[in-house]
Amino acid sequence: MDKSQVILKAAGVRKSYRMGATRVEVLRGVDLTVRKGEFVAIIGASGSGKSTLLHILGGLDRPDKGIVEFEGRDLNRMGARQLNRYRNEMVGFVFQFYHLLDELNVLENIILPTMVSHSVISWFLMRQMARRRATELLGQLGLKERVRHKPYQLSGGERQRAAIGRALMNQPRLLLADEPTGNLDSVTGNGILSVFEQLNRAGQTIVMVTHDERIAARAQRTIVLEDGKIRA
Amino acid sequence: MYKLTLIIRYLLRRRITHFAVLAVALCVFIVVVVMTIMTGLVEDFKQKNHQFVGDCVVGTDSLVGFPYYEEFMETLRGTDFVQAVSPVVKSYGLLSVRGDSMRRGVEIMGIDPVLHGETTSFAKTLHYRANQPDRAFEPIYDPNALGCVLGIDLALLRNTQGQYAYDAQPPQVAITLTCFPLTARGAPAKVGAGLVESQHFYYSDHAHSGIAHVDGSQVYIPLEQAQKLCMAGTLKRVNAIQIKFRSGVSLSQGRARVAQLWQEFKRAKADAQDSFLLDAVLVQDWKEYRRAYIAPMEKEQVLLSLMFILVGVTTVFIVFVVFYMIVSHKRKDVGVLKSVGTSNVSIMALFAGFAFVIGCLGSGIGVVAAWLFLSRINWIEGLLFERFGFQLWDRSIYAIGDIPNHVEFHVLAIIIGCAILSCLVGALFPAFSAARLRPVETLHTGPV
Repeated sequence: MDKSQVILKAAGVRKSYRMGATRVEVLRGVDLTVRKGEFVAIIGASGSGKSTLLHILGGLDRPDKGIVEFEGRDLNRMGARQLNRYRNEMVGFVFQFYHLLDELNVLENIILPTMVSHSVISWFLMRQMARRRATELLGQLGLKERVRHKPYQLSGGERQRAAIGRALMNQPRLLLADEPTGNLDSVTGNGILSVFEQLNRAGQTIVMVTHDERIAARAQRTIVLEDGKIRA
Repeated sequence: MYKLTLIIRYLLRRRITHFAVLAVALCVFIVVVVMTIMTGLVEDFKQKNHQFVGDCVVGTDSLVGFPYYEEFMETLRGTDFVQAVSPVVKSYGLLSVRGDSMRRGVEIMGIDPVLHGETTSFAKTLHYRANQPDRAFEPIYDPNALGCVLGIDLALLRNTQGQYAYDAQPPQVAITLTCFPLTARGAPAKVGAGLVESQHFYYSDHAHSGIAHVDGSQVYIPLEQAQKLCMAGTLKRVNAIQIKFRSGVSLSQGRARVAQLWQEFKRAKADAQDSFLLDAVLVQDWKEYRRAYIAPMEKEQVLLSLMFILVGVTTVFIVFVVFYMIVSHKRKDVGVLKSVGTSNVSIMALFAGFAFVIGCLGSGIGVVAAWLFLSRINWIEGLLFERFGFQLWDRSIYAIGDIPNHVEFHVLAIIIGCAILSCLVGALFPAFSAARLRPVETLHTGPV
């Protein structure tokens, strides 16, 4: 495999959590490689460690053991500041429950990652550009009429599309989706998957976690996670 | 930038933050109002005492007094830092009004009215002879009669609103003052039936110093009469020399120079007759001289300040609870912010900034409300009295005209600073715990 084509690599990733007096081993040595432009689905039963793996790949959590490399750079060796930057610029997250901020409207929710990465002064200098980018995304996601709406005024599908817009705002190289259709009906979920397919066709690398084989089938490649390990 | 946006939105949309702002405003309001009134009362009381005494006093608590005061007064007059000096005889006596069976004990104060007027606010406290201290002891109805000036509460009664019923001219009232003259050794000057000395005076004016115990017990009479009534011996004596410094002379500097002069004077008089009386003389500035009256009020002020620390602690606790609740409700937001690259420090700054804004807003509202309340406090009190008969300070008892309502800007600044600091302290732990939240824990759950 051409090394330059690998965007994400995990090797021997282990993670355990303490639950009361016992320690639960969630990941037991996960090895994984994702190439640029791939649409990968990680499938597994509830509690198999899918979300934990996704969080580790996105730099939201650190593994107990093992290596996670993004474009050849080891996430474990990154300091807090570098990891924040990684989450802000390189990765976009889409969550099952959308997790939009209730106090912000759709446009502000989408712009949030750009606001986070700029100081007050630099934000005022480039806010028009950010608004243009967000409006463009809203158009692509069919939310042009919902710009000023608050999350509670949107349907589930619209909320998830807004969340996808937020994830794509800073043009990340990797999109991580944690059960993106898990909270939606099949028609709406289908629509979201179509959005992912479109994005992937445009060159976006996507790693999606799901427990549903039919949804996983929409990805180019499926990886099965079982008992904290990738099934060969 | 997102911090500012979120702070504004949280503030506008989370009702619980309104309660936090209200709590801070209420605390600031209470502290500003009470501190203003208390500080006003204390400052007013101090100022009146300062004006009553002058800047410095060379005196003794002994009723016997000390001699050679005229020579020391000349020494003081010869310096470049003393503006005026006034010799004072202080003693106690019995006052009786002719035609009235009532007798009451009074404090007798023998003064030279002109010198005393130059040194203290005595001239301004007079009513019929206001700013004419040279005529203070000349009754208007008979300028040749020997007059005395009574403390206003000895002469007049106040109504419930604190107003005195003045006559166009002082009523012709004959007063008898009876006293025990003391020798230089402190013994009664006479024995047997003629133990006491009495003198008749006519009520010529009253003095309104604004100090309750002075206005209620002081009788001013001419210095020579007081010496005759209260002191016996070959050498003229006084109990105190009250001194006013020239402007620009600091209290401590002036007092130190007077003390030095007094030590030199005392040494020079070491072999003079009755020089032992000079040993009991102290040089004190007005604050030291009146400390028995001022210290309790200052102590009350300190106690009040301590109580306000409790108010501050309450504010901290309220803000803590509010922020703890906000952070609990906003765990998901913290997770989302971290997922888009927000640092722990930024999360802390977000909540600290939020606390700062709550502190500023609460303080602002509290200060404006307090200022509005204080600017109308006397009107409100008047209204309460008219409508319901309620009076915060009974003017027939307390020597205050109006409730003090002068807001000191430096006090306001301190209160606002403390309120904001309290908010920051209250928000510290919740902000810290928000910053330490693991996004994995907060994002893995559904909408709450």
